[in-house]
Amino acid sequence: MNPFSSGTRLRDMIRAIRACKTAAEERAVVRKECAAIRAAINENDQDYRHRNLAKLMFIHMLGYPTHFGQMECLKLIASAGFPEKRIGYLGLMLLLDERQEVLMLVTNSLKQDLNHSNQYIVGLALCALGNISSAEMARDLAPDVERLLQFRDPNIRKKAALCSIRIIKKVPDLAENFMYPASSLLKEKHHGVLITGVQLCTDLCKVSSEALEYFRENCIEGLVRTLREIANSPYSPEYDVAGITDPFLHVRLLKLLRLLGEGDVDASDCMTDILAQVASRTESNKNAGNAILYECVETIMSIEDNGGLRVLAINILGRFLSNRDNNIRYVGLNMLMKAIVVDAKAVQRHRATILECVKDSDASIQKRALELVYLLVNESNVKPLTKELIEFLEVSDQEFKGDITAKICSLVEKFSPEKMWYIDQMLKVLTEAGNFVKDEVWHALIVVISNASELHGYTVRALYRAFQASTEQESLVRVAVWCIGEYGDMLVNNVGMLDIEEPITVTEFDAVDAVEVAIKHHRLDLTTKAMALISLFKLSSRFPACLERIKDIIVQNKRSLVLELQQRSIEFNCILQKHQNIRSALVERMPVLDESTLSGRKGGSLPTVPTSGITPCNLPNGVAEPAAAPIGDLLDLSSDDVHASISSGGDFLQDLLSIDLSPASAPSGTSQPPKAGTNVLLDLLSIGLPALAESSSSALDILPSIQDNEAPLANLNGLASISSLPANATSPASSGGMMDLLDAFGPIPQNHEENGPAYPSIVAYESSSLRITFDFSKQPGSPQTTFIQATFTNLSPNVYNEFLFQAAVPKFLQLHLDPASSNILPASGNGSITQSLKVTNTQHGKKSLVMRIRIAYKTNDKDELEEGQINNFPHDL
Amino acid sequence: MIHFVLLISRQGKVRLTKWYSPYSQKERTKVIRELGGVILSRGPKLCNFVDWRGFKVVYKRYASLYFCMCIDQDDNELEVLEIIHHFVEILDRYFGSVCELDLIFNFHKAYYILDELLLAGELQESSKKTVARLIAAQDSLVETAKEQASSISNIIAQATK
Repeated sequence: MNPFSSGTRLRDMIRAIRACKTAAEERAVVRKECAAIRAAINENDQDYRHRNLAKLMFIHMLGYPTHFGQMECLKLIASAGFPEKRIGYLGLMLLLDERQEVLMLVTNSLKQDLNHSNQYIVGLALCALGNISSAEMARDLAPDVERLLQFRDPNIRKKAALCSIRIIKKVPDLAENFMYPASSLLKEKHHGVLITGVQLCTDLCKVSSEALEYFRENCIEGLVRTLREIANSPYSPEYDVAGITDPFLHVRLLKLLRLLGEGDVDASDCMTDILAQVASRTESNKNAGNAILYECVETIMSIEDNGGLRVLAINILGRFLSNRDNNIRYVGLNMLMKAIVVDAKAVQRHRATILECVKDSDASIQKRALELVYLLVNESNVKPLTKELIEFLEVSDQEFKGDITAKICSLVEKFSPEKMWYIDQMLKVLTEAGNFVKDEVWHALIVVISNASELHGYTVRALYRAFQASTEQESLVRVAVWCIGEYGDMLVNNVGMLDIEEPITVTEFDAVDAVEVAIKHHRLDLTTKAMALISLFKLSSRFPACLERIKDIIVQNKRSLVLELQQRSIEFNCILQKHQNIRSALVERMPVLDESTLSGRKGGSLPTVPTSGITPCNLPNGVAEPAAAPIGDLLDLSSDDVHASISSGGDFLQDLLSIDLSPASAPSGTSQPPKAGTNVLLDLLSIGLPALAESSSSALDILPSIQDNEAPLANLNGLASISSLPANATSPASSGGMMDLLDAFGPIPQNHEENGPAYPSIVAYESSSLRITFDFSKQPGSPQTTFIQATFTNLSPNVYNEFLFQAAVPKFLQLHLDPASSNILPASGNGSITQSLKVTNTQHGKKSLVMRIRIAYKTNDKDELEEGQINNFPHDL
Repeated sequence: MIHFVLLISRQGKVRLTKWYSPYSQKERTKVIRELGGVILSRGPKLCNFVDWRGFKVVYKRYASLYFCMCIDQDDNELEVLEIIHHFVEILDRYFGSVCELDLIFNFHKAYYILDELLLAGELQESSKKTVARLIAAQDSLVETAKEQASSISNIIAQATK
């Protein structure tokens, strides 16, 4: 050590850090050291630069920030001596990565060192370049590396070869420059050069088809010869691993041969003999030998077909699978995964072994095996395999259950031969691991149940039994309460009894009890309880005898602290008390759900409401946005966008009833959140149309009148006069008001102006062909949010088709667009399209709204596009 | 391709990290924490492979140290086990029955050895002897330079400068 040295030595610092008892102590030591190093850096201390950098590397390894040392690396690299350069390059590779701009500064030093007279310094530079080079550096230094591929010392040639791999990965278009030098490396005898040369050729083949062709034509024979020599070589102590000469070279040669043989019959023929030799003669009692066999089997599976070789490979596979070493079994499963493409039958033979592996105690093997089973399943074996998997589900670890449940569900859905079997399997999964089942899976199940009318009784009874056994699994409870609500009568009367079923006696009261359990159970969540409440409501007409009891339970929930439940119970109670005449019609069984729309939606197009079975859930009362959110989830199968699903509730109902409610919902857009609620109510009422028609025909008259007045409607400022229904919904902030809607259906609606300040409508955009007007409204209590009703009017004599309105807002605004009422805009103002927008201004009071719009449509088969900016919004929006 | 090499002690302390693919500092810390958790918690008789974020991590325990290498899905796990063993044997030969402390106090030497063994995430040399020879040659270069620097004449020259 230098007698004049100051500060601690590296060794002492490491000791001091290791002696620390607590993390705080360690931080203190590191802080002190870092301070000293920074000071030394500032003083430009040259003598201890390398020691300081070594310390910094250690500190870096402990996870402390060391960016201030990056420039020191560059200085060390630029100095003349080997020791400084050595530590400098090490620091460079450790403290920097290719994304740091500092790295660019080192390009020049690297270039100099690549041309240095000392081969070890050249080696250092190559190593650094190979490990952290960026694309720019690769481009700049590629010629130097290319030249070094012919360097006199083999140790530099091998480094240059690996460095070239990095270069062609970063800049693939440099590949052809390296093609010829790479092929000449294959002729070398030095193992290091050979290994790296083969590796370089492999990577060249991956980035350039030209290189692949070149090697295929010129190198195969040489490679086969090299492989034969090395496979037959006598014992050589330098390269021997467990009795095999250089397994690393073996593996790399086999890998390159695989690339060359794939898709080329002649090339494949060239290598059959040597592959057969390697496959049959390699010792398989040590890891090294197995590594070679593994690679060899993969090569045999990938190259062009040769029956005999395949048999050999499949046999090796069999041996691997029955091996007791977990590593070997793991790679065996891995190989089967590839073999399944080539020879599915051979893989099917190992089914039993694979299933055993699914139950292995090792998570890595389990996962592999499960994936393999998933690939193995087809129509013919889905039943036994699913049975096995479900049995395994019962005993598997918690953390594995999610994976396996997802796989089973997907298999059952994909291959299910009949509905009954599908329902059975799903029930088993729900019972076993319902908490791991994704929403879309049980939504799909409900759709299937709804479609299988002959199985309704069977299903509801099976679900009832499962529910009686356990309420642990949330999604099981959901499906069960839904089915009990819909098909409760079949549960009680043993309707549609199948031969295989054991009859059960369930009284009406038992069924109501079950649903009550779901409502009262503390572990079940809001969605489930809400579903249970609806189910109960439905049962009120199925089981007249239980009416009083049902009323009791509903009344109890009127005081629920959860707004959603409270409101539902109040609404239901109101219907039970005052609207007996429409009740039975309201709670009729759901129409059969459309399977095709479900599968269509899985394609992921529209965020519409999926399983209409749960529609009754869609009674958000508008004032309770947060409560409505989970319901949104519930309704939404394919999209995460809660907003979209909430607002689409209305559309869905339109679909369901095939009544064009859009004129009615259009004015209601002025008070958006209540809209959903209103529509559902409209919907409820429309279902009970016959009953209603007599009692309050005046209300119904409103609908047609709106339709008639549709066009002028848009231009009216005070929507109040027409928006009778929604106006009612807007006014009450409490749910009691919602009942008023039912009660006061007939009377003339009140004016809704009092609900908040009114804003003048604006003509947002006008061109010779199109006019857009905006009507505004706000909901009391949320001044930030503005509901905009956009009305589009066609001023030209041509019809616009495929009409699409798009809008964009700056960041401080949030915009939500509902679907437009139509995409066809009639000519000459003979009708209009309406669309609701919801804008939330996060800087309400400071900035006013602004919006950029674009309108696309087709007229006379020509695409038209109009754009504009809207600046004339009222200020206080 | 090997994406990174990690040496983690049984207590979860990092003894060596080498990154051949770009990972930011933040990602590195996260990777180490995550993998440390997965690997250290695995039982002794289980296989040496872990599926991780679409990659495979091959690990092997030597005394108190876990040697981990992260590779692509289609790489040969068994061969990587051999590479790890190869590395350990070279370390063993260099330090003379290597232990964790050797790697702590001479961490830079371990890095030098690794740099002679792997480059750009690929194996560079299959002969232990060659690696040992190259390291020895470079060590002696450093020694010569050191001796020169600490020779009396040099110190006097420095002092009087």
